[in-house]
Amino acid sequence: MDKRTKLDLQKKATQIRKYIIEEVFSAKSGHPGGSLSCTDIFTTLYFAEMRVDTKNPKDPNRDRFVLSKGHCAPALYATLAVKGFFPEEDLYTFRKVDSYLEGHPNMTYVPGVDMSTGSLGQGISTAVGMALAGKIDKKDYRVYSILGDGEIEEGQVWEAAMAGAHYKLDNLTAFVDYNGLQIDGNITDVMNPEPIADKFAAFGWNVISVDGHDHEQIKNAIETAKTVKGKPTMVVCHCVKGKGVSFMENNYAWHGTAPNQEQRDQAISELDALMAKIDKEIAEEA
Amino acid sequence: MGKVATREAYGKALAEFGADERIIVLDADLSKSTKTDTFKKVYPERHFNMGIAEGNMMSVAAGLASTGKIVFASTFAIFAAERACEQIRNAICYPKLNVKVCATHAGLTVGEDGASHQCIEDLAVMRALPNMLVLSPCDEIETKLAIKAAIEHDGPVYVRLGRLGVEAVHDPETFKFEVGKGVEIKEGTDLTIVATGLMVQESLKAAEILDEKGVNARVIDMHTIKPIDTEILVKAAKETGFIVTVEEHNISGGLGGAVCEALSQNYPCKVKMIGVEEKFGKSGTPAALLEKYGLNAEAIAEKILAAKEAK
Repeated sequence: MDKRTKLDLQKKATQIRKYIIEEVFSAKSGHPGGSLSCTDIFTTLYFAEMRVDTKNPKDPNRDRFVLSKGHCAPALYATLAVKGFFPEEDLYTFRKVDSYLEGHPNMTYVPGVDMSTGSLGQGISTAVGMALAGKIDKKDYRVYSILGDGEIEEGQVWEAAMAGAHYKLDNLTAFVDYNGLQIDGNITDVMNPEPIADKFAAFGWNVISVDGHDHEQIKNAIETAKTVKGKPTMVVCHCVKGKGVSFMENNYAWHGTAPNQEQRDQAISELDALMAKIDKEIAEEA
Repeated sequence: MGKVATREAYGKALAEFGADERIIVLDADLSKSTKTDTFKKVYPERHFNMGIAEGNMMSVAAGLASTGKIVFASTFAIFAAERACEQIRNAICYPKLNVKVCATHAGLTVGEDGASHQCIEDLAVMRALPNMLVLSPCDEIETKLAIKAAIEHDGPVYVRLGRLGVEAVHDPETFKFEVGKGVEIKEGTDLTIVATGLMVQESLKAAEILDEKGVNARVIDMHTIKPIDTEILVKAAKETGFIVTVEEHNISGGLGGAVCEALSQNYPCKVKMIGVEEKFGKSGTPAALLEKYGLNAEAIAEKILAAKEAK
């Protein structure tokens, strides 16, 4: 990945992070920590990989995406808006009663959302269903899904993992947002799901571990997954919960809490500073 | 005519209508019991065993349906409607996906497997879900036509099916099935029995017993539990003044509940609800269980006469 592409992706990611803060701030509720954590996975998927058409969101040949950790809807909506599926200003209606931007994703209201999710553990199963359909129909679309590391405590995730391997769904690539924190604390204290990579490998998946904030590593994992035949791939993404906002980083208190005005202002100013730095590097690059 | 279980009729219907390539059938290691293996013999490439993992099966069904498939997902009623209830709610009903949950082994007549496998709450649970169509056919032809209707219906459907072989109620040559429309199968003026599933057969026999005792009962086969046919119920209430519901299901929330909701809001009328009376089943032959739980023709007739006296 060349430097300019990297910088462009960083710029998109920073814009998405700003919108995450704005969404959760304007809703006065929502999940900023996990949304900021998985932003770089979203950025890589939607801006460096996925075959989607904002003018034809239901194109039967499109790549599919399922947000299995549905509470990170702010990251999904921000990504879809920046991509052009719907107006960016609509993000400020998140979680409002007349808005189509439901607290957790709804495929029947939101352009670009391929599956309604929110109940943890189910999204990955629906992604298995989509990938199975791709095999049945001999279509070349690929299916992507992001899981939370706390989410994999749900038994259904392992039922889905078994099914994905059993039906040799090499058109399915999933990501675990491995930030080590869930609502009640450290995942290892609440209900230890580790070792995560070993578990998916034992269930018959191709497993790749990456830095979940390095777009190039994520992209390379996606490319490798495409070359692996006969098994689905799990990309274990080492992430920082709350990434990009200093006071939210590695603090589980920000799992499901909205910032107040002062906190919102600080978060936006930190992200603006980051954006200015990226812009400067882009200018120097040119 | 021989007896045919509605689960067998389901398997045959799937095979008969299975040429439609959009149809995908999922099972959870029970395909010989649910009879989806009848479909599998004809279309093995569109039958997928999801193993003993019902929750995953329902969500996988949703994913398949999101790509345009018509998905049938089968297991025993207890594991479909109850173990996988939340998957059916959130992954299938909420996004209104085209999944047909066809649940066999409903009710007490599962028999010897006993209470853990006898689902007597599924109508109540499935009926409570927005976007869900709930069908409960009583015989072979009605099951076949219910499956055809499920294929044609765009959205989630729950179909309640039984293990036990049952006699034909309807003439396969002339029977017309319409979703949401109950079927009057015996005329009567003194009271109306509204039954579903294999209680239709028992209720017809109960009505014969009542005839002998000078009570002329109308019998309605209510094959659609949701949406319930309010029109036929109001007509029956006006014309016969007394309604009896009969179901192989707990007394709470099933057919009786649906009928009472419809009548209380449209034409209040005295209703006697006959079903399993707030207890779990047990092991035994189907006939012994129906007798023990007061759900064979004789017991139904007796309960109706007692209720009529009390009225």
